[in-house]
Amino acid sequence: MESRINEFREGLLNTLKEIAYPLVAILISVIAGGILVYSFGKDPVLAYTSMIKGSLGDWNKFGETLVTVTPLILTGLSITFAFKCNLFNIGVEGQFIMGAIAAVWAGWAFAGLPAILHLTLTLLVGAAAGGIWASIIGWLQAKVGSHVVINGIMMNYIAMYTSNFLVRTALNVSGKAYSVEIADTAKLWRFSQAFVQFKHSRLHTGIIIALIVALVAYYILNKTVRGYEIRAVGFNPDAAEYGGINVSKNIILSMLVAGMFAGLAGAIMTTGVQYRVNTLFGFTGYGLDGISVALVGNIHPIGVILSAFLFGVMQKGGPLMQIQGIPKEVVGIIQGIIILFVAANFVKVIMGNIKQRKELKKTALQEGVE
Amino acid sequence: MFKKGLVLFLALVMVMTIFTGCAQPAQAPAAPAEPDPAEEAKPELSFGMITDVGGLGDKSFNDSAWEGIQKAGKELGVEPVILQSTKQEDYEANIGNMAQSVDLSIAVGFLMEQAMKVGSEQYPDVKFGIIDTVVTTPNVMSVTFKEHEGSFLVGVIAGLATKTNVIGFVGGMDFPLIQKFEVGFIAGVKSVNPNAKVLVNYTGAFDNPDKGKEIAISQFKQKADVIYHASGGCGIGVIQAADENDFWAIGVDQDQSAVSNNNKVLCSMIKRVDVGTYTIIKAYADDKFEGGKAIELGLKEEGVGFSDNGKNVSAEIKAVADKAKELVVNGTIVVPVTREDLEAFKPVEIK
Amino acid sequence: MSAVIEMKGISKSFPGIRANDNINLKIEQGEIHVLLGENGAGKSTLMNILYGLYQPDEGQILIKGKPVKIVNPNVAISHGIGMVHQHFMLIPPFTVTENIILGKEPHKGTTLDIQKAISDVEEISKKYELRVDPRVIVRDISVGMQQRVEILKTLYRGAEILILDEPTAVLTPQEIDELCIIMRSLVYQGKSIILITHKLKEVMSMSDKVTIIRRGKVIDTLNTKDTNIDELAEKMVGRKVSLTVEKKEAKVLSPILEIKGLKVLDNRKLEAVKGIDLQVHGGEILGIAGVDGNGQSELVQAITGLSKAEAGEVFLNGKDITNLPPREIIAGGVGHIPEDRHKRGLVLAYTLAENSILGSHYLKKFRKGMGLSYQNIREYCRKLISEYDIRTPNEKVIAKSLSGGNQQKLIVAREIDRDPSLCIASQPTRGLDVGAIEFVHKKLIELRDEGKAVLLVSLELDEVMDLSDRIAVMYDGKIVGILDAKDATEKKLGIMMAGGSAQDAV
Repeated sequence: MESRINEFREGLLNTLKEIAYPLVAILISVIAGGILVYSFGKDPVLAYTSMIKGSLGDWNKFGETLVTVTPLILTGLSITFAFKCNLFNIGVEGQFIMGAIAAVWAGWAFAGLPAILHLTLTLLVGAAAGGIWASIIGWLQAKVGSHVVINGIMMNYIAMYTSNFLVRTALNVSGKAYSVEIADTAKLWRFSQAFVQFKHSRLHTGIIIALIVALVAYYILNKTVRGYEIRAVGFNPDAAEYGGINVSKNIILSMLVAGMFAGLAGAIMTTGVQYRVNTLFGFTGYGLDGISVALVGNIHPIGVILSAFLFGVMQKGGPLMQIQGIPKEVVGIIQGIIILFVAANFVKVIMGNIKQRKELKKTALQEGVE
Repeated sequence: MFKKGLVLFLALVMVMTIFTGCAQPAQAPAAPAEPDPAEEAKPELSFGMITDVGGLGDKSFNDSAWEGIQKAGKELGVEPVILQSTKQEDYEANIGNMAQSVDLSIAVGFLMEQAMKVGSEQYPDVKFGIIDTVVTTPNVMSVTFKEHEGSFLVGVIAGLATKTNVIGFVGGMDFPLIQKFEVGFIAGVKSVNPNAKVLVNYTGAFDNPDKGKEIAISQFKQKADVIYHASGGCGIGVIQAADENDFWAIGVDQDQSAVSNNNKVLCSMIKRVDVGTYTIIKAYADDKFEGGKAIELGLKEEGVGFSDNGKNVSAEIKAVADKAKELVVNGTIVVPVTREDLEAFKPVEIK
Repeated sequence: MSAVIEMKGISKSFPGIRANDNINLKIEQGEIHVLLGENGAGKSTLMNILYGLYQPDEGQILIKGKPVKIVNPNVAISHGIGMVHQHFMLIPPFTVTENIILGKEPHKGTTLDIQKAISDVEEISKKYELRVDPRVIVRDISVGMQQRVEILKTLYRGAEILILDEPTAVLTPQEIDELCIIMRSLVYQGKSIILITHKLKEVMSMSDKVTIIRRGKVIDTLNTKDTNIDELAEKMVGRKVSLTVEKKEAKVLSPILEIKGLKVLDNRKLEAVKGIDLQVHGGEILGIAGVDGNGQSELVQAITGLSKAEAGEVFLNGKDITNLPPREIIAGGVGHIPEDRHKRGLVLAYTLAENSILGSHYLKKFRKGMGLSYQNIREYCRKLISEYDIRTPNEKVIAKSLSGGNQQKLIVAREIDRDPSLCIASQPTRGLDVGAIEFVHKKLIELRDEGKAVLLVSLELDEVMDLSDRIAVMYDGKIVGILDAKDATEKKLGIMMAGGSAQDAV
């Protein structure tokens, strides 16, 4: 019994210790960012209060933050899933774009279907488009041996221009730089329809889908035979092959699933937020942000949710910071600093160094006594 | 791993609480439009500008719009607010953010049309302005420009300045707004130099100087010696190509002669976005704000024109251009807007 | 002779383990001093302390009688201590010279003086009779050569005392002999060498003195010439161990594995197995002897489906398994202890439990609906841990945290517990200590006695001779002859391994 209590106490102590690191990291980065803001002649307290006010200040802001968090969770999961198979899915951006444009098509072309069916179909078409896009990359890696990263980058460009081409041709609204709008039956339900608190936000049920997908991703990766095989291939493809695991198949499969997550993110952006796709002047950034989200989230589905939230708060806090007179660039730098500090886990490193130096000093002193 | 995630979350929550603690007075989820106590202390009039993802520093469209706003701000003794968007999807939220902070929010750029529609409906008590496209909500004033008229003038200049009788046009993305530039320009060239050939190419982007340079060089290789661009940031590449290959470039939106190192900008089609933003604010300050109204600024309103800070346009050519302007202002010349109009366009002799 | 290094009362603890406990060690000038101990006994920890990688909790280090504080490897190097790690620290795309001079490059002004570097390297290479070509790329030279480069690297930095950590683990028998000569020559020129090993034969043939460490404590320090293998083994393991394999007469049954005309390409697309016919019967251990790189690895990979057979057929219990996917071959009854346990045998980042089902992970007994039943898996792993005496805190630690011997035990446990009709054991005891070797050998013989077929591939001739009932010798992708173990002598096998026929050997 006593040992159990001790065990519990030790566990609690360890958890507290572990909390301390990211906590200190965030605090230090906030202070560092604050000094920076101050050096630009602006009020750091105002900067941070506007960041929080702009992202969490009221229900509407909170809703808008979740609108941003939703695709970030999914693209972060996409990166995470592929990463578990040791694949760097930098093509997430292209898969996101394909998901979005495919959803526009499905949401527009199948108008007339009953809502629940139409919406489901639209989301699935988006996910499938992303999945197919990604599995091409996976197939090239597994069968031809050309590298995932290079193919991913190229497929991103192909996706962007394909989307722009479709917006300009088949899905065009004449004279406009954006696509047709999807039918109402393909739109995700918005919280503003029932809750007056969210009246001015676009918060939609996509966030729930994203959270469920995170759990599904966690389950697949950690609790199923497929996940076991994917992770084995990721850690050690030779050992996986030795264990009767088909390496190529798992590479393609994990890219397929990763692509489906990214495609779903795009489809949710279409059905929940934009209802259409604009001509893209560059990458949307959701895919690339997904990489940072996944890394800060420790390549773990649950970590991704939390880190996506951190990113959402910073992104949605940005506009109000700008309105309060903090230049856009400084806002970007502050966001960068925070991510850097959290991701680098540097507090742990520094604490380790200090400890070591102390020990050295101690031994040096002892020597002196001798 | 799960534990690590949890740990991160707890840490986040703790930090958040510290902040929200600081932000307590403002945090009450009051009606969004209700002004903050801090904002109440501000002068009665407040206004701000929202850019698209292009942002300030383009030495062109957005910078010009901001100039107009700053000018109005100086006159009215108000410090204007700026909000630069980072993502297309954020336009709506950004318009909302701005609407909560100021009385008059001006969105600069046609890309924000949809978002402005939604945003202006959400905040019916706040006034809005939008540049370069038309939104008909009763609390929005829209300003557009007759770019074809300005382009017509630089077309005239190009038609007279060319020695090879080959002239280039580099567009950004191929859609009607940019086609207006193309069409007006060609009409101007044909009016003074019916034999000149105009090469038309589009970069497919607004933010890719390399692409602009590439196209400009290929037009140069086809003997073009004057190239007009309406391609945003790609134009920097066009002007670079002019610097390196010694041909004339024509700038767009603002006077771009400073972009060239070797003074190879012949002239620039200027779109007085500053006039646009200034007009809206002025109307609001003078209680003449007309919601739902769309103003189109052309040569007549001094909303478009050409500028020649590089002093590269000869006096004779300038005289012809001024004459052309007169003819457009008095209605003798109706500059075509679409490619169909252009086909039907009969050049009028400019004397 | 005077002590060049004296370590006094060194103690070092890691969480949960006292790796070094009041260790005293004295190294004399010009001697080869072996640190002998099982895996995890604390030898490497002690040497890492000497090299400045760890700081001792207690104790003192004296170099030539003067107390020193070695806070990092640079300090160690400045005191003339050099270390050659078990896993080389070379940069493969660099040349030999570039590797050797790394961090201490000769330069002319700001530019690297590569000519001087090359002549420096040639000079020390000649001085210590460590022949290397300074201009070749490290990636392209043999492991034995790479080790020489490592040694030269320490000498280039002026090392007087060399620490060699398990230097023979990666070498072929010939290379081991060469290393032995190199060490003698170094000592002759006044260097001192500390050799970490657990191979008893090497202790006897290479060293002047031996210090035995067990569970972090010094058990004894002996003059090599005053001791013998059995005494060393007993002191090292802490109990009497049998170094000879005891086995009953083989009861040979019908053939289980049949190979006909098998040809296999290696990863450079060259023919590595050039037409092999072989039968392994139930109830026998067939050993394959041969120098490394004569097609043994490719043969095993083709049988297990890991590489494609270009020609020929493989039958298991009469069923054609040629070029089937590995999963079907495993399911058909083949257990495989792979030659490289880190590369193939284990997913090091997986827990023991997860590793214990590799290859059977899709089977119903480890599943619960769509998901894996981690409860069943852990239970199964606990069973293996207790049956095969795997030393681990529990089944939830990752495989990487185990010592090499225990990792190998886990693989052996997994492959044997699958109850295969054929077990292929490739280098099953490479890098293991005496206790673990004894264990693996016992298990293989048990399998044979149960009527299973065992195909043993080993570079250790002693092992092949001790375990096998029949010995096939491979040379240049072919089997040059098969001997009955009773007729095999080291000399005979040696001739065949060099390509001679059995007749020549007689």
